[in-house]
Amino acid sequence: MSVAEDTLEKTSSQRDGSAVPTLVVENLKTHFFTRAGAVKAVDDVSFSVKAGEILGLAGESGSGKSITGFSVLGLIDPPGRIVSGAIRFNGEDLVTASPERLQDLRGNRIAMIFQDPMMTLNPVLRVDTQMIEAIQAHRKMDRKAARQRAYDALEMVGIPSPGERLNAYPHQLSGGMRQRVAIAIAFLNEPDLIIADEPTTALDVTIQAQILHEAQALCRRTGTAMIWITHDLAVVAGLADRIAVMYAGRIVETGQTDEVIDHPLHPYSVGLLGSVPSANKRGDRLNQIPGMTPSLIGLPSGCAFKARCPRADDHCDATPEVIEEMPGREIRCHHPHRQEAGA
Amino acid sequence: MSELVSAGPPLIEIQGVSKRFVKRLDIAGKIARRLGAGLEEETVHAVDGVDLSIDEGDVVGLVGESGCGKSTLGRMVAGIMPPSDGAVLYKGRDIASLSGDDKLEATFAVQMIFQDPFSSLNPRMRVEDIVGEAPVVHGLVPRKGMSDYVDEILTKVGLDPALKRRYPHQFSGGQRQRIGIARALAVKPKFLVCDEAIAALDVSIQAQIINLFMDLREEFDLTYLFISHDLSVVEHISERVVIMYLGRVVETAQAEALFAAPNHPYAQALLSEVPRLDQRKRDFQPIKGEIPSPLDPPPGCHFHPRCPQSFGPCSSARPVLKSIGPDRISACHLND
Repeated sequence: MSVAEDTLEKTSSQRDGSAVPTLVVENLKTHFFTRAGAVKAVDDVSFSVKAGEILGLAGESGSGKSITGFSVLGLIDPPGRIVSGAIRFNGEDLVTASPERLQDLRGNRIAMIFQDPMMTLNPVLRVDTQMIEAIQAHRKMDRKAARQRAYDALEMVGIPSPGERLNAYPHQLSGGMRQRVAIAIAFLNEPDLIIADEPTTALDVTIQAQILHEAQALCRRTGTAMIWITHDLAVVAGLADRIAVMYAGRIVETGQTDEVIDHPLHPYSVGLLGSVPSANKRGDRLNQIPGMTPSLIGLPSGCAFKARCPRADDHCDATPEVIEEMPGREIRCHHPHRQEAGA
Repeated sequence: MSELVSAGPPLIEIQGVSKRFVKRLDIAGKIARRLGAGLEEETVHAVDGVDLSIDEGDVVGLVGESGCGKSTLGRMVAGIMPPSDGAVLYKGRDIASLSGDDKLEATFAVQMIFQDPFSSLNPRMRVEDIVGEAPVVHGLVPRKGMSDYVDEILTKVGLDPALKRRYPHQFSGGQRQRIGIARALAVKPKFLVCDEAIAALDVSIQAQIINLFMDLREEFDLTYLFISHDLSVVEHISERVVIMYLGRVVETAQAEALFAAPNHPYAQALLSEVPRLDQRKRDFQPIKGEIPSPLDPPPGCHFHPRCPQSFGPCSSARPVLKSIGPDRISACHLND
């Protein structure tokens, strides 16, 4: 445990000194050019994450939250591509970076945890082979030291008897255990940024709590910045420092977790929070949002939420610009729920 | 509702129901056994001696982690799967012993709504036929009246009847779930088993479907067995909650009482680990370990290897469900 932890502690203290955010995304547009038309999966998205910070990226399916994550890693395949915008990772632009440079960063400085650990782990390779490969791909280290490092990483994410697990194949592990291995691999090279795409959605609540616990503790200890993509606001409420809510390819609201959950400003955030059962009185009807998420093909101009929004009027036919309500609090709405609503 | 209860037997009663799945030996295994290899058939106790009674108008939530047997129990209640032991009673009579019209009545009365709205609808049938087939075949509606009847049911579940000539793939997930609900309602059931019926849906659509369930309950006097791993949903909709762990019921109580003060250590752990909007920046304090394999469950109390409060008898004696308050039972040695 000691070797890995020492280096981790050191890097984190170094990082804390710098005020530059680890990741800055500016006006990112990722579109998919299909026969039916351009799908604006990510449309003018801007956000940033600092070292040691957990950003919760919340939204329903089709809101573009996963594509935002894939864009950062340069994992957009044709017919999709990044149309415009900048992704700066530690000051370096990733949109214009060469494929070799991205290859060098992925799994090394930026890691990703996917929803389904069965997809990310190679079913025909033992856990240790995969972990050692991930280390040796990015640094010169002999096999024995790399294996020790893999052992430490498994121990760090709370896997009992890591020695045995190293020799196991992915199918011999349970879902929760596999996801921990995936998380351990993400942390192997002490990345500056981890993008977690719904890593606990497929897991049971008790296992989800364990994974959240590990992820949170590791980020605090290592100073790794994290983007936690989820559809479950209750998960990010307990985990994230800041929340960004996405709807139809745009971030509609950003702010500190407490502020967004307690005083949501955008009608969509208000609706989304209102439809969570625990926010309602037991047995009462839930405050549902009418309608359904729009198709991203041929999205009407203006605010994408206007058809479902109780506050929509003629103003909403114009695309709302990002307004900074207060420092660190941004919304995209013509009629936000400001304080007069009593919050 | 409680007045109805005293009038007769409960709508659905489950008596000592167990379900075992046996993995039979293949030919190679049988030959190996004949040659002296110590091979045994493997048995999974998916459901192990569960009792439960559900009164008319009740909404019972059935909660547990994956692999605890909640779906298997739901399927046995819905009559899709026969129990290995025990009996499922409809209005006081064993469903397995019924025949003729009585059996039909019991079969219609209990309908099931499935988790996955993509695989539970026949992709090659139009919505009209999916919803209308069963009532026509069973003579509940004349064939001529099917079209109007389908319109009526679709309107009830919030779908535009103009869409009934479409195929399931032309609908979104939330709409498909409404089609599944319409199909169940078409045979005029009294009791719906909802097996993770909203798990596959987006948050805003989940709220719509939960509201629909509550509206339908009022309109048709429905009784629900609501199976879910999502405690916040169960807390919202249920009057009574049953918590299962590895094939056994560990605690049953009124929803309010249970969520206020769970008795069984597993119930306590489960409830404390549900992420909630009002808990911020919390330090997650997870229970250790994972649900053991039902092929080889631990002896005594199934939960004892993960239980922070386990002591002497937990590893040897199976705890029995005991009354620990009004309408409340729990199976834990700590209550002795």
